[in-house]
Amino acid sequence: MNSFLTRRRGNWTDWLSWGWMIFGTLAMFVPVLWLVLSSFKTQSALQEFPPSLLPTGQKQIVVAGFEKPLPVFSVPLPDGSRAERAMVRRIGIELQVIDPAVLDAPIRRVKLAEASPVRELHFAIENYLEPLEKFNFGRYLSNSVIVTVTATALTLLINAMCAFALSKYEFRGRNGIFIFIVSTLMIPITVILVPAFLVVTKLNLGNSLWGVILPPAATPTGVFLLRQYMLTIPDELMDAARMDHASEWRLFWRIVLPLAAPALAVLAIFSVVWRWNDFLWPLIVLNREDVFTLQLGLASFQGELQTQWHYLLAMTVVTLIPVSVVFAFLQKYITTGIASAGMK
Amino acid sequence: MRAALARLIDWPFEALQRALGAARMPYVFVLPNLLVFGIFVVLPMLLNIWYATTSGVELMPEQRPFTGLANFSELLDCSNYLNVASCRQDRFWRAVDNTLWFVAFQVVTMVALSLITAVVLNRKMPLRGFFRAVFFYPVLLSPVVVALIWKWILQPDGVLNAILVANGGQRLPFLLDSDWSFTWTVVVSVWAHMGFYVLILLAGLQAIPPDLYEAAAMDGTPQWRVFWRITMPLLMPNMAVVLVLGLIRAVQAFDEIYVLTGGGPGTATQYIVQYIYETAFAGQVHIMGLAAAASMLVGGVLLVLTLLQLLASARAKQ
Repeated sequence: MNSFLTRRRGNWTDWLSWGWMIFGTLAMFVPVLWLVLSSFKTQSALQEFPPSLLPTGQKQIVVAGFEKPLPVFSVPLPDGSRAERAMVRRIGIELQVIDPAVLDAPIRRVKLAEASPVRELHFAIENYLEPLEKFNFGRYLSNSVIVTVTATALTLLINAMCAFALSKYEFRGRNGIFIFIVSTLMIPITVILVPAFLVVTKLNLGNSLWGVILPPAATPTGVFLLRQYMLTIPDELMDAARMDHASEWRLFWRIVLPLAAPALAVLAIFSVVWRWNDFLWPLIVLNREDVFTLQLGLASFQGELQTQWHYLLAMTVVTLIPVSVVFAFLQKYITTGIASAGMK
Repeated sequence: MRAALARLIDWPFEALQRALGAARMPYVFVLPNLLVFGIFVVLPMLLNIWYATTSGVELMPEQRPFTGLANFSELLDCSNYLNVASCRQDRFWRAVDNTLWFVAFQVVTMVALSLITAVVLNRKMPLRGFFRAVFFYPVLLSPVVVALIWKWILQPDGVLNAILVANGGQRLPFLLDSDWSFTWTVVVSVWAHMGFYVLILLAGLQAIPPDLYEAAAMDGTPQWRVFWRITMPLLMPNMAVVLVLGLIRAVQAFDEIYVLTGGGPGTATQYIVQYIYETAFAGQVHIMGLAAAASMLVGGVLLVLTLLQLLASARAKQ
């Protein structure tokens, strides 16, 4: 860092580097930021062109004697100045307005063309709340959580058991099994879509969350990562426990598993991100709307005629919250995981 | 309470150990993983061959008549191989054609940008950790989220068109015109995935011994020469991994593009995985045989690429 700061001014590669980094930061974050800002706009604000930067809406005010809040307009007064008035009703090209500050104010009429809506910062929280009631997004959300949590727990357990056997025992077929597992790392799901769907259907797992959870649970990357880590745990610990007549399961559950916590954490982070984001496999297994995950719910909602962007944007933000939290707090684990194991 | 719960988990495995003996326990440990694997990955792989060599619209394998290589010859049947429209399965060939263009543009752009970014990130500069994280953020986003973010930006009344209009330009049909649509599938795909490749290249750059650079600095070697003579040759193994991994994933591009453009306009951005998915699952009739045959062809291409990758990473380890 020092050499960067003390180097002579005007080194063109420094300027270029900074330029690229700033451009990159904008390019990576601004689209997401725009989504978040837009998600707080009302439906009518979203239809404006050009769009406003911040979520604004027409100011509304509660006036005694009226049930609903009234929209506020800036209207010309007889003396030529302008003031904020609440609109009672609209008749053709005329607005009937009253002074919200005065009790039982008389109704005045102004031309629509002379009035302009008063805007203020307004966060349309209802975009987030209404989809949960009107549509099935609450259900999608809980389905996604169930899939992510169950699948991650299952993946951690069976991958760790497998990795434990492969790293801590000498048994016939061990190397064969290891090579077999690692070689299937290369089989992309795209190649086995049709028959995998048959297997899931035959097992009666079609349209069930288990059909989404089970098939990708035996991740080769997970086995590989955990095995490499468990190899570094000294066998003496296990031998000592064996002296005390601990069962093989206990050696795994009480000794090796706790010691492998760092590797388990990395796999857990990856598994959560994989499962939360999973799209193609759930798309094939789940056809009934009540078992949709968030990703499927979003994709089908956006495909409908007359996309209701105000709901869609808000639900998209909800969908990106978990991975953004993971990113903010656990980004270091992920980047080291990729650099060391080449996993994604 | 906790101890009791732990007992409950221990018990079945300890019973198993008494029944089988300690020497057989490793097999018990690998079984769940292998079972899931065998049922959902290996079995489907074998079944895929059956699907590819049978026809009809039935899902159940026993109800499908064996037709040998008919599916493959139907896929590959063209009267003129330079003209997609002359093929019996013109949708397949259009998808192949689109995929090839996509792969070419996407991989070249992504590798070039990842390399530039990795080289910059490898310099000693403030906020380096922050910048490294920045490029990685989109990698974590789901394909559906990525597609919706960009769909919102690119729509006719979207912010990009607003910027164009504000600068005296005209609105452009970003997702309604074939060429624009194709371009944006490339851009969005690069945006979403380059962070991953930046990390791999950065790991390669950081493994280059610094004394090489110090020696070059003492000789007063110009920076571009250092880059071509030291950095690039030593980075080659990682470059190869990035290139092949990028190719493998670009061939399988589906999710983001499916949600972003739906393959449109027309079939302009319909790529090969979408063809497989739609042939097998989305249409009125489900033509599993053709889809399976197409997936085996894709699988063959991926296998070749994978072998290349293994070769490359074996060299990277040396």
